[in-house]
Amino acid sequence: MDLTGSAAGARKANAARPDRIVALAGNPNVGKSTVFNGLTGMHQHTGNWAGKTVALAEGCYTQKGQSFTLVDLPGAYSLMAHSPEEEVARDFLCFASPDATVVVCDATCLCRNLNLVLQIMEITPRVVVCVNLMDEARRKGIRVNLDAIAARLGVPVIGTTARKKRSLAALADAVSSVIASEAPAPRRLCYPAPIETAIEMLEPLLAARLCGRLNSRWVSLKLLEGDQTLLRALNERLGSEFLLDAPLAAALGEADAYLSAQGLTPELRKDKIVAALLSEAERICQGAVTHDNADYAAADRRLDQLLTSKRTGYPVMLLLLALIFYLTIVGANYPSQLLAQGLFWIQDRLTSLFMYLGAPDWLHGALVLGVYRVLAWVVSVMLPPMAIFFPLFTLLEDAGYLPRVAYNLDCPFKRCNACGKQALTMWVGFIILYLV
Amino acid sequence: MDHDHSLAAMASGERAVVTALYNTGGMRRRLLDIGLIEGTEVECLGRSPGGDPAAYLIRGAVIAIRSEDGGKIRVRACKEAAKWI
Repeated sequence: MDLTGSAAGARKANAARPDRIVALAGNPNVGKSTVFNGLTGMHQHTGNWAGKTVALAEGCYTQKGQSFTLVDLPGAYSLMAHSPEEEVARDFLCFASPDATVVVCDATCLCRNLNLVLQIMEITPRVVVCVNLMDEARRKGIRVNLDAIAARLGVPVIGTTARKKRSLAALADAVSSVIASEAPAPRRLCYPAPIETAIEMLEPLLAARLCGRLNSRWVSLKLLEGDQTLLRALNERLGSEFLLDAPLAAALGEADAYLSAQGLTPELRKDKIVAALLSEAERICQGAVTHDNADYAAADRRLDQLLTSKRTGYPVMLLLLALIFYLTIVGANYPSQLLAQGLFWIQDRLTSLFMYLGAPDWLHGALVLGVYRVLAWVVSVMLPPMAIFFPLFTLLEDAGYLPRVAYNLDCPFKRCNACGKQALTMWVGFIILYLV
Repeated sequence: MDHDHSLAAMASGERAVVTALYNTGGMRRRLLDIGLIEGTEVECLGRSPGGDPAAYLIRGAVIAIRSEDGGKIRVRACKEAAKWI
């Protein structure tokens, strides 16, 4: 098949690397996959990258004769490796050394998303920030001054509406020029003085050992933070003796003692680092992201009041649940009948065919009255309610109602040692139960 | 109104600044991820019908926190609060 052929081709190409590798990172739910699909179209497959046994979606596109392989990293809020997804994303950025990294952000909450951008910029300077969902931000009355943010970050910032393909062309251009030109000099994030001093104690030693494979300042910071997952990854990729060598271990011990003497325990260090990232993101957005319409949030709050308050929360939820069940159960009757009629008409034709061929009775019984009839029943009874219920459920999800259900029901569910999110699984369970 | 109390004890509509976090492990990391650190402003938006998880506006996002976790977060009430971007 064509797909496997092109996948094998891409794998061979990986070895020789004529393609440019572009990593696509971003928080969850910012339209990252829309950007991925928009850029690569149908040319997608999954590829295994060195080390981890996870398969990452890969796609390619060509821009002015140069072909690019775009690798879709798992969505992550930060690179501090709190979850396996974050670890995969971080390891790819560190050890697969992509030629450029696109970080997709949500224009409606850019400030939060900059946390990830700043962390990625500490690893690699070749970053393009893609501020997606610009149309939604405009609708919510949020103005984003992209030029100001680009100037403050020191890397290109492109606004996109990923559903419109044309807006992605600018992104592809920016990626090409970031790869072709000298690496941009992103703004360096400054940490509190004791942490900066400790970084200085480690950085020269690390720079000599890493030989430019990784950003030595960032690795110093992570060693001070005591990031165990990165230690493991470093030992795996760079040889197990990498961090055991005496001068480095001594310097690390010294820096560690210095920070502890300053009152910065490992836990507090992490707090300070996160605080520095957050306040930097705030400073970058200051004045560059503005809200035209302060009432927008107010309208949201009023709706929330209706959906989650003590008096109206449960009644509204039960009404909605009842409405969905009603639509599913009643709505499914008509297509069910049609399907049953059609499928049983085919059964009659099959019976005629078997008789015409002179097939024995037991064969007709087993195949037509057994296998086919059961299948026809199941399909005509089960398919229509599923085809109605799940799209309805998706609509509620898109509207953001489902997290509110989880919020409303968390208290009773907690009494059973569960949590509110499980209420949603239960809704689905009810429907399946009805079908059975 | 200037003394510390816990996040879980905030009244609906009240605004406050986080003064200390005593959460540990995974919960602490999760709080850092959503940007809830010392000095962060929070607004209590209300409680769920069952009374337990309460909703808070934290850096522009609405987040529900159970009282067992919110009880470990100390806050100081503030009257003047800057608008969040």
